[in-house]
Amino acid sequence: MKLKQIAELLEAKVLCGEERLDDNNDYCFSSDLMSDVLTLGDQNPIIVTGLCTMQTIRTCEMGNLEVVVFVRKKKPTPEMIELAEENGMILLSSDFSMFKACGILYQNGLKPLF
Amino acid sequence: MHFEYTVIEGDFVNAGSASSSVKKTLKQLNVSPAIVKRVVVALYEAEVNAIAHAYGGVVTADIESNQITMRVIDKGPGIPDIEWAMQEGNSTARPEVRDMGFGAGMGLPNIKKNVDQLNVQSTVGVGTTVEMIVNLC
Repeated sequence: MKLKQIAELLEAKVLCGEERLDDNNDYCFSSDLMSDVLTLGDQNPIIVTGLCTMQTIRTCEMGNLEVVVFVRKKKPTPEMIELAEENGMILLSSDFSMFKACGILYQNGLKPLF
Repeated sequence: MHFEYTVIEGDFVNAGSASSSVKKTLKQLNVSPAIVKRVVVALYEAEVNAIAHAYGGVVTADIESNQITMRVIDKGPGIPDIEWAMQEGNSTARPEVRDMGFGAGMGLPNIKKNVDQLNVQSTVGVGTTVEMIVNLC
């Protein structure tokens, strides 16, 4: 699915990486636990999270996870956005709950890793 | 190539900066992305552990043509039971560590999964050294 479509479905604001909205990713993983995000091995899904800290960005940097959707109206700080930009990441922010965001994405064809 | 970084207790804002620097170096050396990910996930877990649990320490990385050796050497308090700490789900993390998305007791087991050799040595009251080796080809 194109990231543009994901942003539209979740009524999300694009915080950085706007130039890459035509990129595709068909897999999604949602968690507020970065320890879990670090166990995904060589898979690089879209991350849906309500954990909005510098470590969210760092964890995704380490895991080559380039697309992060913040849910529950979480807004990253300018420092977090700057670090994401440095690493070529795409950050989206949606007001939807994690349940609603994941439900919509699943219904529209995004796949789980397991 | 030898790299050394200081880790400060509780400094979560900078947690991951050593791992990030190693990642950039390995990418410049054209190491395969899958191996880079294993290296930096392991190092990042160990770095976060040192920041979350220890009184600070150092991270070193030695890159040779065929392998990388990483050591996270902290100044204590030490791990009383390494076998217990290696089991998934066991954790002594404080609430602020959990608030950062860690402390689920998955760090050391995940390190083990990502490296080719792991050696954890710890003395209570002195400190812990986590040595991780990953083959680069």
